[in-house]
Amino acid sequence: MKQTADTAQERNALMEKIQMVDFALVELTLYLDTHPQDSQAIQQFNQLAMESRDLKGAYEKRFGPLRQFGGSFSGYPWNWDNAPWPWQL
Amino acid sequence: MWFYEKKLQYPVKVTECNPRLAKYLIEQYGGADGELSAALRYLNQRYSIPDKVIGLLTDIGTEEFAHLEMIAAMIYKLTKDATPEQMKEAGLGAHYANHDKALFYHNAAGSPWTATYIQAKGDPIADLYEDIAAEEKARATYQWIINMSDDPCLNDSLKFLREREVVHSQRFREAVEILKFEKDRKQFF
Repeated sequence: MKQTADTAQERNALMEKIQMVDFALVELTLYLDTHPQDSQAIQQFNQLAMESRDLKGAYEKRFGPLRQFGGSFSGYPWNWDNAPWPWQL
Repeated sequence: MWFYEKKLQYPVKVTECNPRLAKYLIEQYGGADGELSAALRYLNQRYSIPDKVIGLLTDIGTEEFAHLEMIAAMIYKLTKDATPEQMKEAGLGAHYANHDKALFYHNAAGSPWTATYIQAKGDPIADLYEDIAAEEKARATYQWIINMSDDPCLNDSLKFLREREVVHSQRFREAVEILKFEKDRKQFF
């Protein structure tokens, strides 16, 4: 039981990190749509894009695929459609 | 095309079952200034808008679907443990009679979503001004819901969404300036 709680906590912590980095990426995307010459923002964007990719890789190894249609690899058996879905967490 | 990602844009937590709050939140699900309206409005306008702002409409429109999912998660969590009696007390008796606990695209008063909530005029300034107004109306709606909510967890997520409306409004205002600049530039040879 304790292990399950720990796992859920780890899952949440890792997901929160992904949400933070991805939020910065959304925000930078909209900003760059209207400020396309800001090289510092572009540098930050590319840096965070790398960080996001790495964090998702780490999350997926433990908790299953995040990205649809080949954005993530599948385990065996097919685990893309495993619960929990985001609103069930 | 679009891809689904198995994550919410921002965490959604609720303190307790509260179908009354869910009833109000449905305004932002299938209401005139809600997230469905926003997503469909921008992703439809983008086909006929000047190239300079297609990216912005695509990106904001896509983010709106992430917000729609957050609202759905809130409504789901606020109602999943409610009894029919609690649904009825919360003013969701009519909803329950038709949908049980299923979500549906209507506003807080039960009027179904309609395409008449949104417009695509084909005039870039008219469309962007509508978009700015839509963001300000959505921001106000979030404020009114926050004013009625005493759930600190839910309010945290609602404040995130309120803030996003402010940012989207700002970006649309910049898009108007970009188009004005382009138009003025073309008048000098």
